[in-house]
Amino acid sequence: MIARTARHQDYRKNLHRSDLLWLAALLHRLSGLGLAAFLPLHFLTLGLAVDGEARLESFLRWSDAPAVKIGEAVLMFLLAVHALGGVRLLAVENLAWHEGQKRNAVLAAVAAAAMAIVFLVWIF
Amino acid sequence: MTSELKVSLWRGGQSGRYQVFSVPQRENQSVLDVVTYVQRHLDPSLSYRFACRVGVCGSCAMTVNGRPRWTCRTHVSKVVKNNGLEIGPLENLPIIKDLATDMTGFFEKWRDARGAFIPTKTRQHEIETIAPGSPARLAVNAAIECINCGVCHAACDTVRWNENYLGPAALNRAWTLLNDVRDGGNRERFEAVAASGGCHACHSHQSCQEYCPQALNPTASIAGLKRRTAQAWLKGEIRIRGRESKA
Amino acid sequence: MNVSLYIWQRATAAIMAPMILMHVVVIFYATRHGITAVDILARTRGSMGWGVFYALFVVAASIHAAIGIRNIVAEWSPLDDRAAGIAAFVFGLVLLGLGLRAVAVVTLP
Repeated sequence: MIARTARHQDYRKNLHRSDLLWLAALLHRLSGLGLAAFLPLHFLTLGLAVDGEARLESFLRWSDAPAVKIGEAVLMFLLAVHALGGVRLLAVENLAWHEGQKRNAVLAAVAAAAMAIVFLVWIF
Repeated sequence: MTSELKVSLWRGGQSGRYQVFSVPQRENQSVLDVVTYVQRHLDPSLSYRFACRVGVCGSCAMTVNGRPRWTCRTHVSKVVKNNGLEIGPLENLPIIKDLATDMTGFFEKWRDARGAFIPTKTRQHEIETIAPGSPARLAVNAAIECINCGVCHAACDTVRWNENYLGPAALNRAWTLLNDVRDGGNRERFEAVAASGGCHACHSHQSCQEYCPQALNPTASIAGLKRRTAQAWLKGEIRIRGRESKA
Repeated sequence: MNVSLYIWQRATAAIMAPMILMHVVVIFYATRHGITAVDILARTRGSMGWGVFYALFVVAASIHAAIGIRNIVAEWSPLDDRAAGIAAFVFGLVLLGLGLRAVAVVTLP
């Protein structure tokens, strides 16, 4: 028995995107993008000290706000997860093949999150 | 009364639609059995490919519920969702019609990766003795069983994002030839896989390894290629040629 | 991505791994030992050691980030390899310029 047909569309089936290593790769890429976007702002901020401490100081006081502190913890997470995920990749590419890639990816993300949470507590 | 499967099959080319059929569900049924039933009893205009039906040729690979698989070796009971199946052609290849794709590009990349054996001896020479336990031979063994089914190519994100990328199957084969001590084509092979779109474009997502029905590991083969080409390049043994990108 | 870009990206990554660890330690230390502008500059001004360390960090990060951006632009945007390379090169120069300037501003006496 032939039932109805669906509407006309382009064949662009999204592969089942809940694979853990795909999510790890996406996190790695997005964290890198986030860090790349942050860096120019970080350099410009430090460069505020060119004319003495006043402008840097007023920025730093703005960054005392709790929302900014949470943002800093997020940045620490991005840095840690990108670095640890990158170390995992360097291991895959340079050491003999070893199983447990999914476990390593999860460990990297958990360690990064833990570090970010410790940082958040540390600065509050 | 037998229950019925609701089977959505892709009809058309790159643009088309899913058509839903009702197929009697059986206790032992592969996805290929389901597609065959539709073509024989419901709609003879359905196009699809198969050959051996027993998991040795790789012809019947399709996208089943979002994942690339051999349909002859996929038991319906293992993949059915809410009494339904969604079946489409393999991704990352042009669609000829319905469930059949054009594999030309896949094999062109095989050729571009220098995935063919280049002999160095003739019948006048002694047969090369290759110790079965040698590291090179073991590396070849681990990767040699590829039957070009295209599942890894369909699963790979980098293939989807980068049309210059040679792909896991071609690179995996290049790796086996690199480790074949009888082969004389390694210089060209290094340069082919060291250029833009070669092994270094791989991000090690490992989808190829996850989905390969032969349990091969192209990620590991590509990692081997990355190491060997890096060493060769640092020693000045190869030059990188640009690969023209299609704008 | 070819063998040359790959080596530059992986090498800068390997160089930065221990530098990142050091930077995280510095961040934890600084946030407890005063992060007013005066405190920060008192630690960094006139310090050749930190100047060299962070200058190297900036150079490595600029190369690494530029190559990473190149990949993302080439794979996720409609731009081709050549355009992606140009965009990435410009971005790398911006990072290098701003970064070395920042290092100079906070470490030079």
